[in-house]
Amino acid sequence: MLLPSRFSRMLEVVSAMIMDLLGIPPQVLFGQLLIGLINGAFYALLSLGLAVIFGMMNVINFTHGAQYMLGAFVTWMLLAYLGIGYWAALVLAPIVVGLFGIVIERTMLKRLYHLDHLYGLLLTFGIALIVEGMFRYWYGVSGQRYAIPAELTGGYLLSFMFLPTYRAWVLVVSIVVCFGTWYAIERTRLGAYLRAATENPTLVRAFGINVPLMITLTYGFGVALAGIAGVLAAPIYQLTPLMGQNLIIVVFAVVVIGGMGSILGAIITGYALGLLEGLTKVFYPEAANIVIFVVMAVVLLIRPAGLFGREK
Amino acid sequence: MTATSETAERVETGAGAADAAAAGRPSMSLAKKLGWAVAIVAVPLLVVAPHYFYPVFLMKALCFALFASAFNLLLGFGGLLSFGHAAFFGGAAYVSAHAAKVWGLPYELAVLMGAVTGFGLGLVFGAIAIRRQGIYFAMVTLALAQMVYFLALQLPFTGGEDGIQHVPRGVFLGVIDLNDNLNLYYVTLGIFLAAFWLIYRTVHSPYGRVLKAIRENEPRAISLGYDVDRFKLIAFVLSATLAGLAGGMKAIVFQLASLTDVDWHMSGEVVLMTLLGGMGTIFGPAVGAVLVVTLQNYLARIDIPVPVIIGAIFVVCVLLFRRGIVGELEALLKPRRR
Amino acid sequence: MTMISRATAVGALAGLALGTGVAGAEVSDGVVKIGVLTDMAATYSDLSGRGSVIGAEMAVADFGDMVAGAPIEIISADHQNKADIASAIAREWMDVEKVDVIVGLVTSSVALAVQGLGKEKNVITINSGAASTRLTGSDCARTGFHWAYDTYAMAAGTGRAVVQEGGDTWFFITVDYAFGHSLQGDTAAVVEEEGGTVLGSIMHPFPSSDFSSYLLQAQASGAKIIGLANAGSDTQNAIRQANEFGITMAGQSLAGMLMFITDIHSLGLATAQGLYLTTGFYWDFDDESRAFAARFEALKGAKPTMIQAGVYSSVSHYLKSVAHAGTDDTDAVIDAMYAVPVSDVFARNAKILPNGRMSHDMYLVQVKAPDESEGPWDYFHVRREIPGDDAFLTVEASGCTDLR
Repeated sequence: MLLPSRFSRMLEVVSAMIMDLLGIPPQVLFGQLLIGLINGAFYALLSLGLAVIFGMMNVINFTHGAQYMLGAFVTWMLLAYLGIGYWAALVLAPIVVGLFGIVIERTMLKRLYHLDHLYGLLLTFGIALIVEGMFRYWYGVSGQRYAIPAELTGGYLLSFMFLPTYRAWVLVVSIVVCFGTWYAIERTRLGAYLRAATENPTLVRAFGINVPLMITLTYGFGVALAGIAGVLAAPIYQLTPLMGQNLIIVVFAVVVIGGMGSILGAIITGYALGLLEGLTKVFYPEAANIVIFVVMAVVLLIRPAGLFGREK
Repeated sequence: MTATSETAERVETGAGAADAAAAGRPSMSLAKKLGWAVAIVAVPLLVVAPHYFYPVFLMKALCFALFASAFNLLLGFGGLLSFGHAAFFGGAAYVSAHAAKVWGLPYELAVLMGAVTGFGLGLVFGAIAIRRQGIYFAMVTLALAQMVYFLALQLPFTGGEDGIQHVPRGVFLGVIDLNDNLNLYYVTLGIFLAAFWLIYRTVHSPYGRVLKAIRENEPRAISLGYDVDRFKLIAFVLSATLAGLAGGMKAIVFQLASLTDVDWHMSGEVVLMTLLGGMGTIFGPAVGAVLVVTLQNYLARIDIPVPVIIGAIFVVCVLLFRRGIVGELEALLKPRRR
Repeated sequence: MTMISRATAVGALAGLALGTGVAGAEVSDGVVKIGVLTDMAATYSDLSGRGSVIGAEMAVADFGDMVAGAPIEIISADHQNKADIASAIAREWMDVEKVDVIVGLVTSSVALAVQGLGKEKNVITINSGAASTRLTGSDCARTGFHWAYDTYAMAAGTGRAVVQEGGDTWFFITVDYAFGHSLQGDTAAVVEEEGGTVLGSIMHPFPSSDFSSYLLQAQASGAKIIGLANAGSDTQNAIRQANEFGITMAGQSLAGMLMFITDIHSLGLATAQGLYLTTGFYWDFDDESRAFAARFEALKGAKPTMIQAGVYSSVSHYLKSVAHAGTDDTDAVIDAMYAVPVSDVFARNAKILPNGRMSHDMYLVQVKAPDESEGPWDYFHVRREIPGDDAFLTVEASGCTDLR
């Protein structure tokens, strides 16, 4: 799909300007920005899940990375063992992962609510070790493979880069899910109950609302968001039991920068840091992993509550 | 608010006992005596231990026991959960290894460099992290530690994934040859006991009591006129310094510094040691450290993935016995006080 | 199980004959103890792990569990890729368990630490898993041997072959730490030596899951070959995403500097087809290797990797040397290791260089297309054999000063 020629002529002029100003080929710059946004899509999905769980339950979900991995592995297992393909997995895998989350919440996490929040972090850390360890034991570490669904193969030949259809799909799904979630929590009645339940559970219970159930479902939903990210990742990243381990630390930083518990903050920061990381990969690639942490330190010095957080 | 009562309970069973002893309540001197009794039994045991157990293993246990005790100073007595202590431990290990190998510093100075590294990093981390509490604090320390990890991977002197290898053990104070395992063991034990004593003294000093007061009720401590941030920062820096000391000693014992020491799993491990042994107790973290190190050593020979076991212990500790081994024991010994 | 290859059987017989010849000689503690120290559950467990222990056990079985009149015992442990844990276990093995040799070892930090210990305590270590040339270079040790492969052999072998096939302009995507730098350096030197040019390179942090931005920069360079100076999941992710972004379709080729058959297994032939890589062993090379692989597969349930076959070979040669020396005394065995010809299913046209490097034929292989493969693990066309002299660094170039 080539762009109309006049438009691409215009792009060429802009490109030449960028080349002169920044000293890098413009197709690289545009490409990087787009790629950065797509990576940001994963950050946003994952940090959104963390923010939902933290905002509603005050639990730092250290298992999030393992649950993302689980989402990808369930997708693969559905195909390998049951012959269920990508489109069904897109719905089923997050449900399975969400149910797994609900089991954790019901059997373990809920016993900790009356304690310091740190215990929630420690518990989920332990669970993450177990889950990743077991998958490593069962499936080894070399990784599995999962093909891009036929409907989403191929790509668009933009004037500055080749955009695989699947990446565009990831971006779209992420935007829809993220802003859908934001809308549900901030703009609907259900969301209002939820927020009220965090503020004052006793009062909300007095209105006849089953608060423990709401909390359970919230955790399940937050975990399912990690599951969705896992499904999206399955066809493009190497499927290994360790895939979530390193990502999760970055996502924690994203959540801290955005302001812990802020839904919108998590989403916007997710995309923004994806972009920033993309730019870093062009201008100073060695620092691509550090840049997010540098931003975090700076943000904390200036705004300790994070960009979108409220000081408690 | 129930969270506070849980912590309060910890104080009662744990160091709070000895703390009150210092305040002069008669029933408390029992706890202090108990502490002395443990010390009187433990020290001779530690002295003869290398004749029954493998000295390198014991030294590893001592280094981790110090690391966990230093960590506990912050978590157990300051109420601050750092998830980035690997940065101090591992960062110091690199600097000590480099100092001994490349700069040719003698043992005592190399290890001191480790402590200084812990101090410096602790000051930086502390200045940034102290402004936040609870989970925020944990996240911030984790992220900062991750930066140290990247530095350790990429700085030229760290040797990337190879780490710093073949670090000479050297000669202690110019007389004791540390290539002999026994000699090194006794030097390590000496430093460990001195550092442990320092922690004990700190916890029971007026400063330690203010720290605990801050943990229990920060607004009240502020209203009493204490510069809370300064107290917390001092605790943080002291903890980091001692963690650095432990890291430096470990680097010399094993003659290497590697990425394992700065990895975030290490930060998790030290939390586990403290939790398992009993946070907020004097001896707990050391007990927890010895147990975890023993376990790792033993599990290496059987066919079960180590992280799974470690994770399972974590879950059991958090769910079933949050007071840890020593904490539970103390609770058993003093039932009437509850 | 009964398909002991002819060469090894002969070797074993020769060993036994020699062993009985010097019966009554010294074997310390009355047992020859072999420690297999490797990664059992983490990143390199598929490459090494239990399979390495099985390799060692097969070599011991060849000898009928006895050498120089003494029984052979194998102990094994998981070093978890942590140098301190490896070092603790190895020290205890040397001091308390009195092992005579430690084999296996993956991850260079682990291998360097254990080899250093061996030097200090005069215990032989034979490394088959780790890749660093430092083991037989600046950190070489009289007691340390490097068996299967190293970064130079892999990178230089692939680099040279690719240039000769016409891939003469290169762009590197390199993991940003010492390992990646040396991989790129070694390859770039060979590429230029063969008349190729390096157009540029980009460093990526370790580990990275997304390579698309690096790949786009590599694409913009216009180089014919994108060299991946990294390993494991980094390499796999880069190859997958190069396919996804149509980079291979557009005519650029990828070359992995450090890849193993397990990487190809994970990637799948559809993604990996056409890739060149260098390996020290391929199970489907000839009848002898196929027989060995079948015997291995009966025990493990998978074909042996280069590292697992390397462990077999290293233990086999060690035992032959013990038989030859009639003792497990370290110095005598080291002399014997140089005296006894190195030859088995793994080590072809082999010799041990004075720096401890075991030099043997390596193979340049190309990954098959899916329709050329007859099933799992049937992945490679062997394109050429690389003689050991070409494959490995010379002793002079290695920088080793502790020569035997």
